[in-house]
Amino acid sequence: MARVVLDHVTKRFGDVTAVDDLCLEVEDREFLVLLGPSGCGKSTALRMIAGLESLTDGRIAIGDRVVNDVEPKDRDIAMVFQSYALYPHMSVARNIEFPLRSRKVPEDERTPLVQEAARALGLTDLLDRKPAQLSGGQRQRVALARAIVRRPAAFLMDEPLSNLDAKLRVQTRAELIELQRRLDATVIYVTHDQVEAMTMGHRIAIMNDGVLQQVGPPQDVYERPANLFVARFIGAPPMNTIQGSVVVEGGETLLATPGGRIAVPDAFGAAARRSSTGEIVVGVRPEHLEVDPSGPIEARVAVIESLGHERHVVCRIGDEPLVIVRQAADEPRPAEGSSVRLRAEVEGIHLFDAVTGVRLEAPA
Amino acid sequence: MATEVSRGITVSEADRRAAQRRAVRRRIGNVARYTLLTVLAVIVLFPIYITIVNSLLTPSQIAARPPVLFPTDPAWGAYADAWNQGSMSRYLVNSVIVTTLIVAGQIVTATLAAYAFAFLEFPLKRTLFIVFLATLMVPFEVTIITNLTTVVNLGWYNTYAGLAVPFLATGFGAFLLRQAFLGVPGDLRDAAALDGYGHLRFMVRVAVPLARPAMAALAVFSFLGAWNQYLWPLIVTKDARYRTLQIGLRQLRATSIDQVNVTFAGVVIAALPLLILLVIFQKQLVRGLTAGAVKG
Repeated sequence: MARVVLDHVTKRFGDVTAVDDLCLEVEDREFLVLLGPSGCGKSTALRMIAGLESLTDGRIAIGDRVVNDVEPKDRDIAMVFQSYALYPHMSVARNIEFPLRSRKVPEDERTPLVQEAARALGLTDLLDRKPAQLSGGQRQRVALARAIVRRPAAFLMDEPLSNLDAKLRVQTRAELIELQRRLDATVIYVTHDQVEAMTMGHRIAIMNDGVLQQVGPPQDVYERPANLFVARFIGAPPMNTIQGSVVVEGGETLLATPGGRIAVPDAFGAAARRSSTGEIVVGVRPEHLEVDPSGPIEARVAVIESLGHERHVVCRIGDEPLVIVRQAADEPRPAEGSSVRLRAEVEGIHLFDAVTGVRLEAPA
Repeated sequence: MATEVSRGITVSEADRRAAQRRAVRRRIGNVARYTLLTVLAVIVLFPIYITIVNSLLTPSQIAARPPVLFPTDPAWGAYADAWNQGSMSRYLVNSVIVTTLIVAGQIVTATLAAYAFAFLEFPLKRTLFIVFLATLMVPFEVTIITNLTTVVNLGWYNTYAGLAVPFLATGFGAFLLRQAFLGVPGDLRDAAALDGYGHLRFMVRVAVPLARPAMAALAVFSFLGAWNQYLWPLIVTKDARYRTLQIGLRQLRATSIDQVNVTFAGVVIAALPLLILLVIFQKQLVRGLTAGAVKG
């Protein structure tokens, strides 16, 4: 197993910069998730690690070795593709055997390795089938078996679950985590699904427009998003964001929003002063808002979405975009169209620079 | 309540009748389709049938009016005559050699060219591909004289090389196989690259097996073309050592002018390999031609 280090890696396709000065260290035995919307450069980054794309600039190291000029097959990595990339004309056994056969592993060594990989993924009874005769979940497991059969230094996975149906995805997600722990393997996992990222990764690296936005453990990223992009990308439903400003009146620090003023600790003033233009965006996650008749913010209920165990009260504050309040199912349900007052937990309020989007915090 | 029920029954009765009408219409449609197909099949098959029948009749029976449509007393001697008098065996061997060379050559060159167009990036790729396609628009007759000059200059006049080499590469083959290769997912190429498969190994082990229907179609088409060639073998050879079956047939007709049945037997001998091939490859042929038309 090995560390993977990306050192100021850049990839340009003509005028388009797909990956821009990416620095990232993936620890040995770490499960790192590269997360971002489609076209953000995460797959390109993965393909550069695999050696399927060349680097425009920078260095990539796997283990102790810089691999910029190393052939993909000599990088000691295995990749799982979104489409599984199984060879349709070969049986399951031949597919799993392929990486060994192409590396000229003698047959008497190959067979037990194939058997072991097949057993690890519950494919023993399917070894003679062709990929076309398998279900999506089974194909996915064959792709995984083909990746683990060689015991590579690192696994690269490019959205391996996105072709599965929702139920199977949840199940396979757990199986993948288990497999990673069992193999003690370094995994770099690309996805656009923030639930996968939150549940699977030791750390998440979030990318947008080719630029790394934030790296950290899922909970940290969730609780202290580095900028507005991360704040809005992580979490379902996403973080509510509205324009605001911090004012000091009569020695009291107040957060002014279109719906009303909220009393906040003095630290907010210090944080807001760091804004480049003085304008700020206030972010609050739906679970940090509650309907409270004595709350400081005035809002009108637009729609209520009930999910069974909880409901989302979608409100409008002034002319701002919609704001979502998460309520437990046993809380009193406001009427659609009615006026309500909202209260935000002070600990759950985030400030961002309105222009740069950067998170604003009081200096420690 | 009762009216409700009876109304329900009336509705379902109407549904049933509509379904019946649809079934009848479908059946009429099928009858019409099969009638048309049968007529077309007879039009296609009758010449083949009458050729076989005539090869089994005597010349006087062939000349008889009304024509004999079924040989009650088949005379197989015409086949022996054609084989021996017309030295059909020599011509057959030549045709097999030339056709094999051409088919093998076309498959190899088309595979390599098509792979490059489908999987490699190189300058002027689009332009070159259009040039390949443009060759499909140049009729063979236009190039006959230049080809002949070239072949003669190379000293290949009256040789197998002269017969086969001008046909070893076709734009059509490259086009057909390129379309098939484009259907091979790019992820497979990437997966194979990760396992150390270079282009050549990937082509042989993955791309070609996956393009088998198109390969079979190309094989059949180039076989048909090569086997049925007449003009080129005629002008590029001068004696029976290198002449092919179609020329042999022509000569058979000239030499056995009073024995039409022998000519017919020769035609059957010449057509037999084609018929066998078509029966074997029929499925692939159809699939290969429609491959790429619809994804999936």
